[in-house]
Amino acid sequence: MATRLKDTDVVVIGLGAAGGVAVLPLAQAGLEVIGLEAGGAMTRRDFAPDEIRNNVRGWPMLASHKTNQEAPTVRASASQQAVQGGHPMMNAIGGTSLHYWAQHWRLNPWDFKVASETKRRYGASRMPKGSTVEDWPFGYEELEPYYDKIEYELGVSGQAGNINGAIDARGNVFEGPRKREYPMPPLRWTAFHDRMAAAAKQLGWHPFPGPAAINSRSYQNRSGCMYHGFCNTGGCHVDAKNSTAVTTVPRAQATGHFKAVTGAVVTSISVDAKGRASGVTYLSNGEEFFQPAKVVLLASFAYENSRLLLLSKSAAYPNGLSNNHRQVGKHYFSHHQGAPVTALFPFNVGAWYGLPAQGVAVDDWADDNFDHGGHDFIGGANLWAMSDRRPIAAAGMNTFGLAPGWGSQWKAFIKQNADRSHSSYIQKTTLPYEDNYLDLDPVVKDPQGLPVIRITGEYKENERKLAAFSQDRMEEWYRAAGAIAIARGPVGGAMTASTHAYGGTRMGDNPETNVVNRWGMSHEVPNLGILGGSVMGTSGAHNPTHTVQALAWRTADHIVKTWKEIGA
Amino acid sequence: MADDHPRVISRRDLLKKAGAAGAASVATPMAVLSVAGAASEASAQTVSQNAGPPRRQEALENMTAADADLLDAVLDRLIPSDEHGPGAREARVIHYIDRALGGALASSRPAYTAGLASLDHYAQSSRGRRFPDLSSADKDSVLTDVETSAATGFAGGSARFFAMVLSHARQGMFGDPYYGGNANFVGWDLLGYPGIRTMVTAADQKAYEDGQLKPNHKSAYDYDGFNKATARNGEHTHEEASHGDKA
Repeated sequence: MATRLKDTDVVVIGLGAAGGVAVLPLAQAGLEVIGLEAGGAMTRRDFAPDEIRNNVRGWPMLASHKTNQEAPTVRASASQQAVQGGHPMMNAIGGTSLHYWAQHWRLNPWDFKVASETKRRYGASRMPKGSTVEDWPFGYEELEPYYDKIEYELGVSGQAGNINGAIDARGNVFEGPRKREYPMPPLRWTAFHDRMAAAAKQLGWHPFPGPAAINSRSYQNRSGCMYHGFCNTGGCHVDAKNSTAVTTVPRAQATGHFKAVTGAVVTSISVDAKGRASGVTYLSNGEEFFQPAKVVLLASFAYENSRLLLLSKSAAYPNGLSNNHRQVGKHYFSHHQGAPVTALFPFNVGAWYGLPAQGVAVDDWADDNFDHGGHDFIGGANLWAMSDRRPIAAAGMNTFGLAPGWGSQWKAFIKQNADRSHSSYIQKTTLPYEDNYLDLDPVVKDPQGLPVIRITGEYKENERKLAAFSQDRMEEWYRAAGAIAIARGPVGGAMTASTHAYGGTRMGDNPETNVVNRWGMSHEVPNLGILGGSVMGTSGAHNPTHTVQALAWRTADHIVKTWKEIGA
Repeated sequence: MADDHPRVISRRDLLKKAGAAGAASVATPMAVLSVAGAASEASAQTVSQNAGPPRRQEALENMTAADADLLDAVLDRLIPSDEHGPGAREARVIHYIDRALGGALASSRPAYTAGLASLDHYAQSSRGRRFPDLSSADKDSVLTDVETSAATGFAGGSARFFAMVLSHARQGMFGDPYYGGNANFVGWDLLGYPGIRTMVTAADQKAYEDGQLKPNHKSAYDYDGFNKATARNGEHTHEEASHGDKA
């Protein structure tokens, strides 16, 4: 029998990038907020620059045991048997914002209107077959104030390219208009970044430094970046990475209205006789607790969001919570960010010290920034040339057919070339399709006996064609910068568990095709809000976290403004 | 993610390169290492100026001596001690693997036991000698068979065993010395990696680009303030569970 705890105004499930943001505006408004976090609290002492610990063996027990126990199973299509893989996320206060790359992009205005803009500009016949993509219920302008809020509240470094319509060629000339400049200048460039930027200009493109939720100088009494080279899947030893653990969460705690409960694994959301959410049940050290609340905010990442809803069955919601329209798990997709292009240069690239969020971006081939009249796909790709290298990974470098993978010749090759290769990061427009979805796995269960989520998904023709096109552009860029050998990754395949996971609880005005409304509140359960990439219906060509956090703040704002109605 | 570099080499390339490598390689310090190997072909070779340290500087923690001898012979071909610098022996890669088999790599123990036995058996049946007693060129050709799944007698396929050993070999060669390998930072020196730093200024970066940044030979845990238990035991600071007030 679960121990029943005292009622609270809002309970937030998950204190990562999304939940960790939402607690601040709620607590600042004076609502009593409890955050349930499956992991623990980590500090800078836990963030040693240690490739074996961070990158080879994965994160320590408490930070990954929940995600590993419930890692999704994966299959490309419904005719296949799904196989359990790994889980890319971690559990802790701050969640994966502790060790992510922290590239902090706004979406392009086109990403909010993919369906209508494609039809308007190229005709309905150009919509990819089988895609369920819809326009967002609002445009970029609606989210702009929240993007701005996140940039200043958490701290984002970058160079503006469009302030109220005034174009600045130092920044991204393709970005939507922003109200003001970033609060910090961009992270510094290396000699290699200068070379890549010059090569892009030579091609007639518009290179610029990418935005990062990392301090380029001291901000809010926290240090600037130390460029030590262990940022990728590593926490920051000087708190320069602006995870929610060092920004919004401690500020929420300081209001006196927010309490974080660590080691709490939520197993279900309950409803009352009227079909409203009444609270959540969680396990802590083998003991069961029930936390009642007036409003429940689900912020446990795309896989766990859909999973927890599907597991929370009741008389009012026999197919799972908020699933009477059978939309939970639908419109799922993993961002197409594979298909890398790797280049070999005849000189050192200088990438040992630096970070993935430091580098040169090109958006000339992203979104709808170029005319697709002569192409057979829609959308585009962000091309990103960064700094990121560690010794074990460097030793596993591509040898471009010039050397074997071991032995004396290999040793000679890596001795000369360990710092001469560069691998691009290319994020592409990825769409939802009818037959890509999440559901509960019929076989694989976690140690509590609860089914894990199953991903059924593969990249379709539009993603594959776009991937091949963007590889051509990337190769062109590398060649212009002096590359002497190029290797390409495969362009298609199954959608595996990803840090960029979208859909499952999509946002939209139509309850027949969407789980949450334009405010991020369930169409069916009026006091249930859902946060995270699971509400996003399009990916754009950039990392999702900034948009996830802007949406989380906006949903929290909405709850505060309509508390009398929603919290009643 | 950026850590995963796809590597595509044709088998033909590999055979060609591995053969050339075997033929060109300098003699390795087999005499120091061979098991009761006075009669072995290797011991008849000239021991080069690169004679490395003894195979084991301390007692094995998890492997049997016989398995360790076999693995040592494999590691010495994967990352040989040669004119390009120290190899797996100097880095004490076997110490890294032996120690990890009692911890983070414990689940790989059966795969090592079975795979090493299969390797030795395959060497005897296909080349007529135990693996440690083969010439360098024959060892390389056996390992190429193992890498390309051409070797018989391996449960689950020989390629899987090879990939496991190679990945652990790289961890032991190029990982932080805290874990027992990369002794004297020989792996990092081979790559030209100038070492763990907790702060890299723009001037440091410029110095590196100009070839002026000297290796500092520091482990992450040579710096004060990092929690070693996080790495060793997989534990980190965790307060006692605290909940909302009881109703």
